[in-house]
Amino acid sequence: MAKAVRLWEGKIVRTALVDSLGKFDPRLQAHNPVMFVVEVTAAAVSLILLRDFLSGRGSQVLFELQIAVWLWFTVGFANFAEAMAEGRGKAQAENLRKTRTETPATLLRDGQEVRVPAPSLRRGDVVLVRAGEIIPGDGEVIEGVASVNEAAITGESAPVIRESGGDRSAVTGGTIVISDWIKIRITANPGETFLDRMIALVEGAQRQKTPNEIALSILLAGLTIIFLLVCVSLYPLALYGGSALSLPVLVALLVCLIPTTIGGLLSAIGIAGMDRLVQHNVLAMSGRAVEAAGDIDTLLLDKTGTITLGDRLATEFIPMHGTTAEELADAAQLASLADETPEGRSIVVLAKNQFNLRGRELAHSEAHFVPFTAQTRMSGIDINNRRIRKGAYDQIMNFVRENGGTVPSELGPIVERIARSGGTPLVVADRGRVLGVIHLKDVIKAGIRERFARLRAMGMRTVMITGDNPLTAAAIAAESGVDDFRAEATPETKLQLIREEQAQGKLVAMIGDGTNDAPALAQADVGIAMNAGTQAAREAGNMVDLDSNPTKIIEVVEIGKQLLITRGALTTFSIANDVAKYFAILPAMFVLSYPQLQELNVMHLATPQSAILSAVIFNALIIIALIPLALRGVQYRPLGAAAILRRNLLVYGLGGVIIPFIGIKAIDLVVAALHLA
Amino acid sequence: MVINAVIQVTIFSMLVTVISVPLGRYMARVFGRERTWLDPALVPLETIIYRICGVHAGLEQDWIEYSISMLVFSAVGMVLLYGIERLQYYLPLNPQHFGAIAPDLAFNTAASFTTNTNWQAYSGESTMSYFTQMAGLAFHNFVSAATGIAVAIAVIRGFVRRGGQTLGNFWVDLTRATLWVLLPLSILLSLVLIWQGVPQNFSRYVHARTLEGPEQVIAQGPVASQESIKELGTNGGGFFNANSAHPYENPTPLTNLLELIAIFAIGAGLTHTFGHMAGDRRQGWALFAAMGVLFLMGTSWAIWAEQRGNPQFAAMGIDQRATVMQAGGNMEGKEVRNGIVGSALWAVVTTDTSCGAVNAMHDSFTPLGGLVPLLNMQIGEIIFGGVGSGLYGMLVMAVLTVFIAGLMVGRTPEYLGKKIEGREMKLAMLFVLIFPAVILLPVGAAVATKAGLAGISNPGPHGLSQILYAFTSAAANNGSAFAGLNADTPFYNVLLAFVMLFGRFLMKVPVLALAGSLVAKKAVPPSAGTFPTGGATFVVLLVGVIIIVAALTFFPADALGPIVEELVMHAGKLY
Repeated sequence: MAKAVRLWEGKIVRTALVDSLGKFDPRLQAHNPVMFVVEVTAAAVSLILLRDFLSGRGSQVLFELQIAVWLWFTVGFANFAEAMAEGRGKAQAENLRKTRTETPATLLRDGQEVRVPAPSLRRGDVVLVRAGEIIPGDGEVIEGVASVNEAAITGESAPVIRESGGDRSAVTGGTIVISDWIKIRITANPGETFLDRMIALVEGAQRQKTPNEIALSILLAGLTIIFLLVCVSLYPLALYGGSALSLPVLVALLVCLIPTTIGGLLSAIGIAGMDRLVQHNVLAMSGRAVEAAGDIDTLLLDKTGTITLGDRLATEFIPMHGTTAEELADAAQLASLADETPEGRSIVVLAKNQFNLRGRELAHSEAHFVPFTAQTRMSGIDINNRRIRKGAYDQIMNFVRENGGTVPSELGPIVERIARSGGTPLVVADRGRVLGVIHLKDVIKAGIRERFARLRAMGMRTVMITGDNPLTAAAIAAESGVDDFRAEATPETKLQLIREEQAQGKLVAMIGDGTNDAPALAQADVGIAMNAGTQAAREAGNMVDLDSNPTKIIEVVEIGKQLLITRGALTTFSIANDVAKYFAILPAMFVLSYPQLQELNVMHLATPQSAILSAVIFNALIIIALIPLALRGVQYRPLGAAAILRRNLLVYGLGGVIIPFIGIKAIDLVVAALHLA
Repeated sequence: MVINAVIQVTIFSMLVTVISVPLGRYMARVFGRERTWLDPALVPLETIIYRICGVHAGLEQDWIEYSISMLVFSAVGMVLLYGIERLQYYLPLNPQHFGAIAPDLAFNTAASFTTNTNWQAYSGESTMSYFTQMAGLAFHNFVSAATGIAVAIAVIRGFVRRGGQTLGNFWVDLTRATLWVLLPLSILLSLVLIWQGVPQNFSRYVHARTLEGPEQVIAQGPVASQESIKELGTNGGGFFNANSAHPYENPTPLTNLLELIAIFAIGAGLTHTFGHMAGDRRQGWALFAAMGVLFLMGTSWAIWAEQRGNPQFAAMGIDQRATVMQAGGNMEGKEVRNGIVGSALWAVVTTDTSCGAVNAMHDSFTPLGGLVPLLNMQIGEIIFGGVGSGLYGMLVMAVLTVFIAGLMVGRTPEYLGKKIEGREMKLAMLFVLIFPAVILLPVGAAVATKAGLAGISNPGPHGLSQILYAFTSAAANNGSAFAGLNADTPFYNVLLAFVMLFGRFLMKVPVLALAGSLVAKKAVPPSAGTFPTGGATFVVLLVGVIIIVAALTFFPADALGPIVEELVMHAGKLY
């Protein structure tokens, strides 16, 4: 189970401090143009410092030394942010990796059992796993049924059934077989399993820039070039006015202006996004998929298991005239005592709850159960000369007429009303007498309506897919609050629907578990496979939910959006900071040639050198101060787009203008008090 | 005085708004090749032009073909203009027998008129023959404006079309912009100007004796026809050196108002053309509103700064108040008949757009007043802007805005349903980057060299303002000047010519490439999670992004020019 890692976990911080030193390597920095510029200029200032120190131009050395140190710190803090994000990812990965212990496996080769170490297994190998053994790798059950404890991955201790064929055939390495045995065909080579891929992603090793990250990097690089132009051209302009600007001062201005805050935190934000996903027990195959999740326009959901609990349950007894509800309940319970289907059991339970009718001992020989068959399409019990049957309207009608009874006129409308409401009417009769109707209902999962409302607020349209007839589908759609539905759907319907939506330019997400979901999962822009699903489904999707919880999509979308919002917010903040930095640095630069510019020194900073130094220190420290925000992400609320924008503009835009005025002034007070400049 | 300013600005703004809507709809029809009421007269002419030039009107071009056509057309036009200038002595319609124009000035002027800049390092009445003015300069006044409109239309198509590769046909757009938009409007305006007293003749200059005795030479010429396209095409190159301060170019209050409206008309109309072509008129209104807000901000600031006058004069007891008898404020370099409001309003309008026609001397504005025209150009002349160039410049800023906004609402940024991704950002940033590069680097070179410093007429920060203004004006294709700078030297002629060419064509190509990249994209239908670009929030954000980008880029340079000049002035020193 991937549990949340504390933000400033001591071990991670220590490792990150060490790792950030290695990141000073210019070959690594070159991937990030903004920080690369800082590193290059820091090196240049250091050389100037060395020259001045050796030539004994003492007056400037202390100031230049501090500028140089803080420039190196700026790079170091950005490195640290990235190392922190990677460290937290590694800690997550470590949790995941624990599930992948070195287990011996029983390989079946030519019918012979061979003991081999798990890492030597290859795709296509068949292994036998018995009760008490750990499953050695990802695979598909090809023979047998077993209960498996997947707590190692999902944190859920209740065992699940895994069996060959059907939609519950996939098993994950590291989980434990509790009872029985299964034969598994291994589906992944070592290092290519789900866990391996995810570990690589959260550790940042295989991290590639996502499309949006690339676009943002271009914006940041462009801004950096513009400010480079500004600073380069400022030298002759200042010279014209009579000030010869020194390189350290120009560099200080440059580094303060270029978007170092977002530039330094950009990769940390991306890694932290993947990390948050793992905390929600979702494995993503790429950062691109996470980003796409934030853009989803349409979400396809299976009715069964996602919107409804999956089984129809009895909710009401409706007696005919001349029959009491209790009489009907009693007969229905008798007829269902031997019925082990969820429907049958729910009838027994409902009768117990409503009329306190206990299940009774039916050991005596007169009781004869009539099981459901495809021919009769009804079930029931023969007991004490009673012949009780329950079943669909048409079948029971025939049964009643055969037994010389008549159909009450009130029955038809009741049956129709139940069908129209999306339920299933189950008619109960005793020989020729119709007792009444049981209302079987698809029960909507608790809280699903609120979840759909939340998705709608995020701007997503939900479409329910069901094999039910349109009438039933419409009723369930209305009750659950889903935006649209597609009834009488076949497996191909999903694929077709996804293509239709995509042709309109929409991004589609879909959740699936079965093998027949695989093409649709592959076609969808975001395909989330349930971990309990088939191997085919897991291969086809680009995310796997370890908890097999279909409503997890909401968290996935929120994480995707959060990722973009955090980037946008910090970019805005970074650029807005420049205003205050101009007011700090420009008057200080021209104190000799144009003392009148001191009117722009609105912060009343102590000395020109202190002003420049304070701006540089603020610029470096703000990176550290924003690491928690970068790692946790800006909070996302499902409001309308314009409302979110206004809020974030106020906080990060206006805040970005105001905060540095306060911060720089505070640092200046400290710098002046310590006589640093 | 405040009332005077409010009345003038309000009447002007209302008229521009009212005219821009039908004009925008009309242009959408013209470039959509739908029926217009001018078709019976113009379609036959159009057909003949296509037949002579071998244009296949039905054949559309992708962004590369469109760019090449545009560049080839402009290059040929520039070479022809250079030839005319050099050979004008041998050409007809030269009653004053003006000689050939020096190579560097001819090159500068050719670049200037080809790029819709109309920077004039000469005075027209003592340099250019009537033939050069009409066949050379006025021709470019039409086609450089039409080129701008054509590119804007192509860029709009990139944003609004769903799929495909093509952006339209440059030759068709160019022809239709000229025949359907510029020609009829300028004929109409010329007639009104002639009625108001603007000359339209080929006469020799008139010699007259003034009341005081000395002889005066009064220049003549086909002024009205030049004047109307000068404003409509946001060209700005005056027939006379004094430009629209000259009574022959701008004789009456009515001509002053009409010329101001003409400067804004097409640029404002194109926002609605965009809205029509996008099928969502609010999109057009949003751009119009952003431009309007920026215009009103600049106007209020400029009028305030000029009306405030010079604090040093106030200290000397000079009455600078506005009364019934005097305009008050800083009247240096202003026409008495235009006054403070008329001059400040014109200065803002002419620099919001790439017009550059003037009715007062910007060089003589107060430092803060002069900062407004400078800032308007540094923003990139997207406040209604140069015909065409204003709109596509604004669209690039809109792309940047939705990128930031899109991130902050948690969706891959999109504009009109088209996703803004790496390639679009690259091209938009290239567009944004080139502009400060072609201003700041040459300014740095000019103040660091003897040849550059030689042109300055005032020392200190004002001298820097003059150089900064010149290169900003050239890069933005404005053409107005802080006229104190002596720019007719080989150094400035050549450097400014290149800046004008870069500022025009190095920016047109990326924006066409951006359109080419967008046109092929599928459009995503909007949802509740999409940031709406037709509303007030977008307008505010767009204005904010524009100001921040320009301010951050040019603040240091401006601080050393106009801002320090203002502060030094308060300390008692004038330049």
